[in-house]
Amino acid sequence: MKDRQQVLSRTKTLKIDGHDVSGREDETILDVARENGIFIPTLCQLDGLSAHGGCRLCLVEVKGSSKLLPACVTHVAEGMEVVTNSERLIEYRRMIMELIFSEGNHVCAVCVVNGHCELQSLAQRIGMTHVTVPYLYPRRVVDASHERYALDRNRCILCTRCVRVCDEIEGAHTWDVSGRGIEARIVTDLNQPWGQSETCTSCGKCVNVCPTGALFEKGKAVAEMSKKRAFLPYLTLMREKRSK
Amino acid sequence: MSKVRLATVWLDGCSGCHMSFLDMDERLVELAEQVEVVYSPLVDPKRFPESVDVTLVEGAVSSVEDMEKIRHIRARTKILIALGDCAVTANVPAMRNPYSVDDVMRRAYNENATLQPQTPNQVVPALLAKARPVHTVVKVDVYVPGCPPSADTIYYVLTELLQGRTPDLTDKSRFGA
Repeated sequence: MKDRQQVLSRTKTLKIDGHDVSGREDETILDVARENGIFIPTLCQLDGLSAHGGCRLCLVEVKGSSKLLPACVTHVAEGMEVVTNSERLIEYRRMIMELIFSEGNHVCAVCVVNGHCELQSLAQRIGMTHVTVPYLYPRRVVDASHERYALDRNRCILCTRCVRVCDEIEGAHTWDVSGRGIEARIVTDLNQPWGQSETCTSCGKCVNVCPTGALFEKGKAVAEMSKKRAFLPYLTLMREKRSK
Repeated sequence: MSKVRLATVWLDGCSGCHMSFLDMDERLVELAEQVEVVYSPLVDPKRFPESVDVTLVEGAVSSVEDMEKIRHIRARTKILIALGDCAVTANVPAMRNPYSVDDVMRRAYNENATLQPQTPNQVVPALLAKARPVHTVVKVDVYVPGCPPSADTIYYVLTELLQGRTPDLTDKSRFGA
């Protein structure tokens, strides 16, 4: 009986886009939406990594809150009423995507992950047929000093998946973010060339979690590279079990 | 019923979008019953005619010549379609944009030339400071992303327009295609 009460107290019921749904109290709006087949776009979120809340694509409206809340880091609560597809949100998502595209040099036609890219497919999914804001055409540095992998910062959207997987899963913390705002960029170790990194284990996890063609295996030509991400949730799960 | 007057134009692109247009194959015959191609790299006329119903624009606006052409064309076209990633985003031609025109010209005509390295100063139109998407220069009515957009996509766009509908490209094509 006590167990049952505990389970009940840990279960929250709420509405997402008018649908009655329920989730555990430690689940986020994004988790529960996905369990119920409700689409919320994300780029920085990846199952198996800690939540970052950086890309802002998963912003949703929550009744009673004047601010938009990122679904990937907002836990469900009893009686919550969430809207994921209002006109305002659709417009903001498009705006965010346009800003991401205009801020880097995302030339899909000549990218190793053309056809396998989360940024490219999300742009299509949200119906972004062109970019209305001016492109910045930044001059960004490519690092091809690593023996097996390369980093093209032109295609980096600063989702920090590489930073998180390297720190949280591989335990190396080779990657980090340097600089602020428009100057922000990912670096290896203390901003040394990747090939000279003393901490990098060459495991390739960063390459496989990268949503775009920013991190890729050398020797791949246009559209030849697809990322393998299925390993991550299993790895996290196995480790959690072992530590218990 | 008079035929719809269609033009196609090739600015700073690789001609891939025009190749894709030709890839409509036998459907071109079907289209030719309703459409007259009045100006195009694929047909003879050298002057852009006064009134055109639909113009497909391939390529970015990269030179002073492109700029003149697209303004001339826009003024004589009812429905202007940005066809392909170069027209829609400036795409590969825009990869020079982080660099100055001088640097780009030096790279192309001096550093990489083995015989008589020299920068052209006549005939070749001067480059603009940046290669630009068409819609940043003139109004665009329909955006067709893709590198190139498939023949099916182009066929869909044209047949929708012939039916008097505005084509919805959101799930038909994507950047890079």
